[in-house]
Amino acid sequence: MNLLLTISFSSVASGIHNWLVSTIPNELLAKSVEMVIAGICLLLFLVPLCFILGYMERKVAGFMQMRYGPNRVGPYGSLQIVADTVKLVMKEGLTPTGSDKFLFNLAPVIMVVTCMLVLAPIAFAKDFQIWDINIGVLYVSAISSLAVIGILMAGWSSYNKYSLLGAMRSGAQIVSYELSVGLSLISIVILTGSLKMSDIVMSQETGWWIIRGHIPVIISFVIFVIASTAEINRAPFDLAEAEQELTAGFHTEYAGMKFAMFLLAEYINLFIVSAIAATLFLGGWMPFHIGHWQEFNHIMDFVPSSLWFLGKTFFIIFIIMQFRWTFPRLRVDQLLTLEWKYLLPISMVNTILVTVMAIMGWHF
Amino acid sequence: MGSSALILLLIVGIAFSVGGILISKWFAKSSASKVKGEPYECGIPTTGTSWIQFNVGYYLFALIFLIFDVELVFMYPWAVAVKKIGMVGLVEIVIFMFILFMGLLYAWKKGALKWM
Repeated sequence: MNLLLTISFSSVASGIHNWLVSTIPNELLAKSVEMVIAGICLLLFLVPLCFILGYMERKVAGFMQMRYGPNRVGPYGSLQIVADTVKLVMKEGLTPTGSDKFLFNLAPVIMVVTCMLVLAPIAFAKDFQIWDINIGVLYVSAISSLAVIGILMAGWSSYNKYSLLGAMRSGAQIVSYELSVGLSLISIVILTGSLKMSDIVMSQETGWWIIRGHIPVIISFVIFVIASTAEINRAPFDLAEAEQELTAGFHTEYAGMKFAMFLLAEYINLFIVSAIAATLFLGGWMPFHIGHWQEFNHIMDFVPSSLWFLGKTFFIIFIIMQFRWTFPRLRVDQLLTLEWKYLLPISMVNTILVTVMAIMGWHF
Repeated sequence: MGSSALILLLIVGIAFSVGGILISKWFAKSSASKVKGEPYECGIPTTGTSWIQFNVGYYLFALIFLIFDVELVFMYPWAVAVKKIGMVGLVEIVIFMFILFMGLLYAWKKGALKWM
């Protein structure tokens, strides 16, 4: 029992690292073997994650609409998404005759690569990060904005009017909402004084920012969730792929595995956005502590840090999935009005409020 | 893991997506026909080119976005340092934001934020 409590992801990772360094004399070879192991672990984490999110999306939809959701394949329909994947693999990946073939095939790769790259600074558990880069927050907002290139590329190269319109809408939408996302990220950076993800998590040792930061931080949390829902093109901001108007938007012409790549990228982006929100506002892997209640805090410390992180992340994912069945889709003019006339001025004023709070030390 | 993590993630991303697409190519049956490669549109033959002109509004929003995105990049180093600088930092950012906000109001008044 004692042994089990001391095992954590970071100790396993450093154990493997030390073992590899001691058994393999060649430094470069040891490093590349470690990279291969890390890559396989990453895929073993991401692919089941996408399966779980796909299953969860349907079950949440069923729950919201008072029906069962998938319940035929496997126990409680849990293998439905595996069956769907098999179907997508067996399907022909069609390339339209008029399309720009190189860009058409490049776009899904770009989508997957950009969302993989954003995973680097996310703190999954205590001392367990792929790369604890010192400009973490800036890195996330820089790389995640590259996704729009993949979308525009997919829409333009498919040689389809629906795809082109969908890509243009999604481009305008993503660049607009990036501003609000950036400003709400900045409000936490002001309070922490660091862009590093591990510093941001450590600064919440005495309490999560959403509790300690009074109303301004709650406002920036709400703005972050709204704007990032728009940025990953999910309903009610899914204008880029509005089924009723544009069939499927920028991925109308994609089929089979290439379409699956877009779906995979969407789910990984959903996870990333929720993970960032959990790290910045809800304390990442930090357990829930209440002031001086030593006994309570001690009990909370027994829950592994990775479970805290995943719990908070899945809570935000659940909120974002609920949006889809709660709000009707916006029109394109309403969408841009919401960002430029409401969210952007509010978040600018909010940033100044947070600054005043940080300088005066009014937060707990 | 250090900066080699970026190379790892890049390789994993490319290998996974290209590998997946190639595997499905090996599994999937494919047949070619003239109609199959046409653009997907409700069933009627497409008129004209599909690379059509689009609304100039998207371009306007991209221009305004550019101004504010540069502002955001300026604000990152400021945000890291503002707790140490104190009041001076606050006054400076209020002036900076006021000027930008005037820019937004100007664009608003000129009707750049209106969707046509």
